[in-house]
Amino acid sequence: MKFVYFAWVRETIGVDEEALTPPAGVNTVADMLDWLGGLDSGHGEALKDRARIRVAVDQAIAGPETPIGGATEIAIFPPVTGG
Amino acid sequence: MIRVRVQREDFDSGAELAALEALGGGAVASFTGLVRGDGGLKAMTLEHYPAMTEKALAGIAAEAERRWPLAGGTVIHRFGRLEPGARIVLVAIASAHRAAALEACAFLIDWLKVKAPFWKREEFTDGAARWVEARREDDAAAAAWERR
Repeated sequence: MKFVYFAWVRETIGVDEEALTPPAGVNTVADMLDWLGGLDSGHGEALKDRARIRVAVDQAIAGPETPIGGATEIAIFPPVTGG
Repeated sequence: MIRVRVQREDFDSGAELAALEALGGGAVASFTGLVRGDGGLKAMTLEHYPAMTEKALAGIAAEAERRWPLAGGTVIHRFGRLEPGARIVLVAIASAHRAAALEACAFLIDWLKVKAPFWKREEFTDGAARWVEARREDDAAAAAWERR
């Protein structure tokens, strides 16, 4: 599964993207954030404040309960600030 | 049909409005967002999520077309490094009547601000830099349209 990061989430984790395989039992966006945040200190620091984290699954905005099974690309980023 | 473009280059607001005026709709409303130069801002860099950006903007445009009878429209959003005074975004809508044109224009910019995957990083003349924080008022403005 391809993970892509943007803005300060990208800077804090330290890479633009990475290929990762979530373990069995990681079924939803909320599960995925719990697992990913425990990988190392960079991921943990980037994901510690869930109120400041947004997720898109295959380019569509997702909520905590959105399933990630079968997804190709998971994007993690701060609340958007365009316009 | 609202056309959506995401580009690094500047755009010609006058030419974009003239193209919509030529549709013969009777009314054209527009919003142009510019880089503000206050607070010692030196430049702003807009990052986006290329695989998602056009899809997200097209979705917002489709919702505007569902809500109002439109003759046409243009949404252009730039990315990259922009200095004070630079154009960031254009939303322009043509319709038969002013209410639809003005409302659709306001809706598009309000939704775009909270739903399109862009992030602004500001650089200041004293060397400081920071990512712009999302504003609660923007969420409230977008949410108000959800209830209509």
